[in-house]
Amino acid sequence: MKSTQQLERQLKRHSKAARLESWGRFISFSALLLIVAVVVGIIGFVASKGIATFATNHVSLWDFLTEKTWNPNIKDAHGNPEVGALPMIVGSFLITILSAIVATPFAIGTAVFMNEISPNRGAKILQPVTELLVGIPSVVYGFIGLSVVVPVTRAVFGGSGFGILSGTCVLFVMILPTVTSMSTDALKAVPRYYREASLALGATQWQTIYKVVLRAATPGLMTAVVFGMARAFGEALAVQMVIGNAALMPSSLVAPASTLTSVLTTGIGNTVMGSLQNNALWSLALVLLLMSLVFNLIIRLIGRKGRMQA
Amino acid sequence: MLTSNDVRDDEAMQERHVTQLTDVGEDIILSTHDLHVFYGQHEALFEGDLQFANHKITALIGPSGSGKSTFLRSLNRMNDRIATVTGQIMYRGVDVNQPAIDVYEMRRRVGMVFQRPNPFAKSIYDNIAFALQLRGVTDRHQLDEIVETSLRQAALWDQVKDELNKSALALSGGQAQRLCIARAIAVKPDILLLDEPASALDPVSTSQLEDTLLDLKQKYTIIIVTHNMQQAARISDYTAFFNAGRVLEYDTTSQIFTNPQVKITSDYVSGNFG
Repeated sequence: MKSTQQLERQLKRHSKAARLESWGRFISFSALLLIVAVVVGIIGFVASKGIATFATNHVSLWDFLTEKTWNPNIKDAHGNPEVGALPMIVGSFLITILSAIVATPFAIGTAVFMNEISPNRGAKILQPVTELLVGIPSVVYGFIGLSVVVPVTRAVFGGSGFGILSGTCVLFVMILPTVTSMSTDALKAVPRYYREASLALGATQWQTIYKVVLRAATPGLMTAVVFGMARAFGEALAVQMVIGNAALMPSSLVAPASTLTSVLTTGIGNTVMGSLQNNALWSLALVLLLMSLVFNLIIRLIGRKGRMQA
Repeated sequence: MLTSNDVRDDEAMQERHVTQLTDVGEDIILSTHDLHVFYGQHEALFEGDLQFANHKITALIGPSGSGKSTFLRSLNRMNDRIATVTGQIMYRGVDVNQPAIDVYEMRRRVGMVFQRPNPFAKSIYDNIAFALQLRGVTDRHQLDEIVETSLRQAALWDQVKDELNKSALALSGGQAQRLCIARAIAVKPDILLLDEPASALDPVSTSQLEDTLLDLKQKYTIIIVTHNMQQAARISDYTAFFNAGRVLEYDTTSQIFTNPQVKITSDYVSGNFG
């Protein structure tokens, strides 16, 4: 009887291991809580500020999304502030889509070379180079864009050289390493036995790459491209340096234009908190944030679809 | 590290018993002469000299790492880019182990099925049509016909005939492996190489697969690597015993299992080592 009580006491005693266990759980849970709080805080803050343009300053959402004149300091004939964000939205999408279109074939081509055609040289030379490119600060890309790409564009197409085309060139180089390394991961994830099966059936290496490997890697490759687009969409500094920062509808690829990010970075320091000018910029930030959420959602959807196939 | 020469001196003493099938009046479809396989500096196969009889099943047995899979993969040049293969592989009188050979055409004639069922993430139909389409067969009737005959030969037709457009990844292990066989025979090869095709399958699927192989013998020459001695005994006509990168004994299957001439073979088939 006594020994039973003793055993019970021993088993119910809070040992050091049990205390550590609950501590560990507490710490990791707090870390999680902090991250969730930060994310929710950022979204809440940007949303409250961004919505103020429509709620406090009574700008119509429709005008904001479709009007082409961006000049928050001036009111139009009807007394409404001119905060048409369409030029920036168009600029952002244009530059994102164009750079993704240009970068994708190069990225997939490089990934195929690194992974399928020459894995040894790929691992030794191309992989480190790609990783290095990812780490170059965007101001360096922007500076090179400003001193090389812009003058070349000016010499070839005339005009000032600033514009969507220069921005696309810079972003193309900036997202290329990201898309390449993610495409490489996608190709690496294709099981080796797919390739063997195809080769054993008498397919050539090119047929194997084209008909089996790339097909099987399609969800991963799409994720890579969307990821690159998300990066291009959110890039501010390098784009701001070469795009010309004119809040106008881009009339051609070599005319000065602007993106959501470039207007934000150039404008946010020159406005007073709580003013319409400031709130309008927050609305742009909100659009940016929502778009990144959409990109994230797309990546997740593709990933889920890919898992279902496999 | 042991160099290949040391081993060779050692093993030269070793008793061997390799029957020349020409001596017993077999029709030889494939034979290897002085075949060596190197992975970099490491020699994985010394002297694989074997003759394979037409329309017979030949089993390659031996402990892990004895070089039997390496040997098998060399036969349809799957070791290209992975290993260096020297020596001759005579296929119907032509040495196919030379640079001038079109490996893609050669692999059509010498097909291969792997240890792990490896259907593509495509429909059952497209899996089988894959190799045909690569070769420019586009006629739907012809494709339909070949898909059906291949699946019938692989004893899979009755189970999948109503769901040819379903993903091949939904098949069970045994079905997937028979799909791989159907895929391999769709291009009408001469020889079928199988690398432990049943090792990932349950006993029922294994026995179905063995029945299928016995049927296929009528049309194809089959060379099968197996770890399962009973399987070799059940289905093969000839058996080669590999040990340490060398063929130590080659004879009719009944001879190998009932009256092996070499001590190591006898130890292995009776389960005393390996």
